[in-house]
Amino acid sequence: MKLTGRKIYHGKTEGEALVTKDSISFYGGVDPETGIVVEKGHELEGVNTTDKILVFPTGKGSTVGSYVIYQMAKTGKGPKALILQECEAIVAVGCIISSIPCVDQIDVTQIKTGMNLTVDGDKGEVVIK
Amino acid sequence: MELTPEEQDMAAGKYGKATQTAMEILVSLGEIYGAKRMIDITSVQIAGVSYANLNEPGLEWLEEMAEDGKVRVFTTLNPAGMDLEEWKKLAISEEFAENQIRVVEAFGKLGVITTCSCTPYLYGNLPHFGQHIAWSESSAVCYANSVLGARTNREGGPSALSAALVGRTPEYGFHLDENRKPEVKVDVKTKLEGTFQFGALGKVLGDRLGKKISYITGIPKASVEELKSFCASYATYGGVALFHMEGITPDRVDTIPSETTEVTEDDMKSAIADLTEDTEIDFISLGCPHASLAELEYIAKKLENKKVNPNKEIWITTARPTKQIADRMGFTKMIEDSGAKVAADTCCVVAPIKGRFHGLASDSAKMCYYGSGRNKFSVKLMSVDECIEEALK
Repeated sequence: MKLTGRKIYHGKTEGEALVTKDSISFYGGVDPETGIVVEKGHELEGVNTTDKILVFPTGKGSTVGSYVIYQMAKTGKGPKALILQECEAIVAVGCIISSIPCVDQIDVTQIKTGMNLTVDGDKGEVVIK
Repeated sequence: MELTPEEQDMAAGKYGKATQTAMEILVSLGEIYGAKRMIDITSVQIAGVSYANLNEPGLEWLEEMAEDGKVRVFTTLNPAGMDLEEWKKLAISEEFAENQIRVVEAFGKLGVITTCSCTPYLYGNLPHFGQHIAWSESSAVCYANSVLGARTNREGGPSALSAALVGRTPEYGFHLDENRKPEVKVDVKTKLEGTFQFGALGKVLGDRLGKKISYITGIPKASVEELKSFCASYATYGGVALFHMEGITPDRVDTIPSETTEVTEDDMKSAIADLTEDTEIDFISLGCPHASLAELEYIAKKLENKKVNPNKEIWITTARPTKQIADRMGFTKMIEDSGAKVAADTCCVVAPIKGRFHGLASDSAKMCYYGSGRNKFSVKLMSVDECIEEALK
């Protein structure tokens, strides 16, 4: 199945989906040294995002979050790609400075954790294999 | 988004790699938020300066941008993680200091004026009514939009730097008239006095209304210091970038919203109670946002010929230019002879002080938020006078 959304940052990749219905605050909510979600009560609390295609509704919290995404990417702890319902500035800037493919305006309810996805940032496309 | 030929050249890399990255960031943001074009800005203020927040990768990104990037408009910086000259006085580690200095040098190389202050409007980065700017410190964004009537979105560090390198920002959000209209009327039914009460009001409104733009009535007067405390708190608790205050703020409001909410004395008491834990105080923070000259003078006169309890530490954080005048006027000496510390360039929100103290007292509701969240202190919100009494006892 192919889902078409909007390009936020270019690049093609494939990998395993990690899906949450909760929005993500990268500053304070994700440990940049491990890639593990640490926000108390978050659906993904304790789950590692490294090398996953992270699928979530939207970003929230402090704008320092962009640098957290960058730090994760630089140290090899970052997700492979981000897919959002609605991208905002923190995540968009984080992906651009980190060169992480990112697509939004995707119906994320179609995607389940563990599905194998290909993401084409240039075309804004997500394919569920 | 429609780009001018010059902007297209910037995006194509003809002005260097840093400018190209900057355009990439700005165009993406513009497209996300539906901007039709870029607009010229007159000043920038960049947050994300403390090494405690940037860490090594953030610093490396800045150093990369500094390789061929130069700002095209007047740009100042937010507080760093330490006093850049007297960091030893604050017991900052050598390692942190070295890295913090690298951050400030990278910004300097980019052509940024390294004032390191969260109150740029007090120190020469002062836009006038209607000017478009790109600022990122949340309290300063709120002050600039609301009190000064300038126009800025809440920028993050990288997007503010990008705006500085390009000299422009995408036109969306608070740059446009239609997004600056009040959505809810607030009747303040109680008398407010002092920075701590204005900070408490920011918590009441931020918690209750979130980002809704308010039209606030019932405040007959407010000092610059009270407004900066209010802006800091309202932005912290509500994520607010703009409010209107009857008789005080300059934006013209044509239609007063029909939705109305009241703030009573009980609301204020309960906000202050929320920020008052039963705890022993060993750290007192004044100057969040950065203390003005008037505040430093007031604090100096209160501490003159007194002694701070040697088991307690009190920091008065301010901007370098203020401290320099305070030095000349003898205020710094009056403060430091008491055992209190004047710390320039930095603030207690971004300094690496986690774990160093247990109980924090401050006149700033913003400081209480970050003191308890980021630094895991127990907190007490109190007036400036009470903070000083606490330090002395």
